[in-house]
Amino acid sequence: MTTGTTTSVRLTGITKSFLGVPVLHGVDLELRGGEVHAVMGENGAGKSTLLKVLAGVHKPDSGSIEVDGGEVSFASPTDAQRAGIAIIHQEFTLLPHRSVAENVYLGREPVRRMQVDRRRMIADTRELLDWLGEEGIDPADPVSALSVAQRQVVEIVKALSTDARVLGMDEPTAALADHEVELLYDLVRRLRERGIAILYVSHRMREVFDLSDRITVLKDGQLVTCAPTSELTSEDLVRHMVGRDLGEYYPDRATPDDLGPVRLALRGAGNARVRDLNLEVRAGEIVGLAGLQGSGRSAVARAVFGVEPFTRGAMEVDGSARRVTRPRTAVRLGIALVTEDRKGDGLALRQSVRDNTLLVRRAALRGARSRVKSDLSALLDKVNVVARSEHQEVRFLSGGNQQKVVLAKWLAVEPTVLLIDEPTRGIDVGAKRAVHEMLRDLARRGVAVLMISSELPELIGMSDRILVMHDGAPAGELPAGASEGAVMALATGHGIGEVA
Amino acid sequence: MSTLQENTVPARQRTTRAAVHRRLHPTVIVYLALVALLVVGSVLVGLRGEVLLDQNGILNILTRATALGLVAIGQTMVILTGSLDLSVAYLVGLTSLIAAQTMAGQDGMILPGVLLALAVAAGVGLVNGLVITVLKAHAFIATLGVALILRGYLEDNYTGPAGDVPRAFQHLGYDRIGPVPVAALLMLAVAALAWWYLTRTRPGYHMYAVGGDIEVARLSGVRTRRTIVTAHVLCSVAAGLAGIYLASRLGSGAPYVGTDAGYDLESIAAVVLGGTLLAGGRGGIAGTIGGVLILATLDTTFDALEVDPFFKDVVRGVVLVTAVALYARRMTANRAHGRLT
Repeated sequence: MTTGTTTSVRLTGITKSFLGVPVLHGVDLELRGGEVHAVMGENGAGKSTLLKVLAGVHKPDSGSIEVDGGEVSFASPTDAQRAGIAIIHQEFTLLPHRSVAENVYLGREPVRRMQVDRRRMIADTRELLDWLGEEGIDPADPVSALSVAQRQVVEIVKALSTDARVLGMDEPTAALADHEVELLYDLVRRLRERGIAILYVSHRMREVFDLSDRITVLKDGQLVTCAPTSELTSEDLVRHMVGRDLGEYYPDRATPDDLGPVRLALRGAGNARVRDLNLEVRAGEIVGLAGLQGSGRSAVARAVFGVEPFTRGAMEVDGSARRVTRPRTAVRLGIALVTEDRKGDGLALRQSVRDNTLLVRRAALRGARSRVKSDLSALLDKVNVVARSEHQEVRFLSGGNQQKVVLAKWLAVEPTVLLIDEPTRGIDVGAKRAVHEMLRDLARRGVAVLMISSELPELIGMSDRILVMHDGAPAGELPAGASEGAVMALATGHGIGEVA
Repeated sequence: MSTLQENTVPARQRTTRAAVHRRLHPTVIVYLALVALLVVGSVLVGLRGEVLLDQNGILNILTRATALGLVAIGQTMVILTGSLDLSVAYLVGLTSLIAAQTMAGQDGMILPGVLLALAVAAGVGLVNGLVITVLKAHAFIATLGVALILRGYLEDNYTGPAGDVPRAFQHLGYDRIGPVPVAALLMLAVAALAWWYLTRTRPGYHMYAVGGDIEVARLSGVRTRRTIVTAHVLCSVAAGLAGIYLASRLGSGAPYVGTDAGYDLESIAAVVLGGTLLAGGRGGIAGTIGGVLILATLDTTFDALEVDPFFKDVVRGVVLVTAVALYARRMTANRAHGRLT
């Protein structure tokens, strides 16, 4: 069922450099209709560049692209679209102020008697949404009114509306919660059944094994292997990607001896988004905060950090009651927040690694504490940032390295409470493991960590305890090593008994 | 199934909330503010035993609104596209001179005068657009540079009014239907055309897209350079129309007719007052016309009240800042509602 169909696209010997830095060397890739072809690799392996070459965003320095046997050359994304190739980029490519239909047909608006045919645009968008079973999205609504998952659907509709036969997806699940990932799986499978060739770029091992028919692994811009998924194991893949065995996935949990005093305590705390929070996080402990999107997980962190402060109940930091109504107050109490939107909230993208790392220290601390305790390079070494120099702008770093800069920024002020939202979203296996080890190491050195994650294996693998949120309130607490089923049961509002 | 509902229920609520916000669109606020201003102005002027909205008052407001309206329509296009034009004020002066000097008092030269002025305006817009898109200079600097060049040319070649507009063409500036100047109706027709262009045609859609996020637009296959250049050409042509109108009113061209009225900053003020985001991507012509009418009404009211000019500027500044602060609050509120957790 997955083979034997005609080849849709063949890339041969693709080479691409940016400013003299080679990113792809002679990469071959073949996509067949009705097949999901996964591309894996660490950050900087060249996956996104390869996808952008396919999409006509970048022109390769050498190598050829054939579509259905004929050689083509794309001068722009429009050329690629005409050849039936559409890409869903890692970053959302939607205009929040414009309607769903306007976004779907952006650049290709149907015209009738000199005017954009809005009626047809809306009708066609609705048809596609219905086909995907997404009747809940109104084509006339502005995108800013949609949830992240719904925006993803709009992205897919946008790609489909070009009558694409080849669909490239770059980390499509990066922004989705676990239950939404299932919906995406369904969608990808349906697209495959329709004979569409899918290029699926992902860091998530499980997804790749669940979905793909073939896997191509890139390392440092070169093709390492291309094999049917059934012939590969996850150990093989990790070895191919990082060139070494990663062994045990998560660092050891805290033992009772590791636990210190309560650093952060909430007593009946709440605001407009969350309520009835009772929570203690001890020094040395990583507490996982689980829940569906919109359950109030992130709102807890934002409230503790003073972004949207608590209006009810009490909060204690290191044993004293505190009212935190501004982030600055939180920072000076030793609280750090690593947000889920790294690029939007975490980094000044056009500033250097150095300036980003020193941002909080310069901004919030005065006197003795602002003086450098460990110098910058030691800090960057500690988090193992790979950058050309400390003066490189962070927007040029890979996702994993950007996340490390965010961590360095907070380590620079030596926090005692670390709130971290989606610690490894959109970063590769190697960097993921480094972040996990860093979190555990911080805990060992007496930091209280509150970790929010929609990736259940990570949440369960890392947490010493798991608090599950449902609809703005805690639904229950689970011990270390709880099953995914138990977490989901609480997160969806079922009793534990109902789901085995 | 329950997982599905988890997601759709809050999403629907969010959609409804968005709908409520849409009903209180900035454009609606602008016109509500205009009505409020007319009421307050009428009362204040009424206390002096005069009438604000008599034939003369209406004529006054609309006349003031005409030239600024034309410039602001063009400015709306470039601002929506994420750009800006600081050269419009000098361009108004330059085009008034070109029109008046070409006409040189002869009826037969009216059309060539108008066309030449518009062609020069389009050329200036083309330069603005190309400097921004090809040389990648920031719009602020690029159009400031062009403004300085135009100023240099005007200072070097003119000391005062020049050219002669034939009587037939002065009808454009002075004819009216009841209290409504014909030129104001023409300005509104240009506004309607611009509104149609922005909200109904593909190039118009692409202006919103480029202003909203140029990278998104590019990745979606929009020709971003062409869009920006088009916006600048249209903006300059609109400024050219204002120059031609002012020439017909003055009977001659005047080098500083645009800068004396401060049409560069004034037009940006009108656009922003009308609810268009200075960063681009959101807003429109309807709001801008509202903004222009508010500014014109303020001026007319102050003149009727014989207010000291300094106080007048203070009030205008306060109105502008208040309006922008109000929109910013609403944007933050919207974002908070749209926010996920």
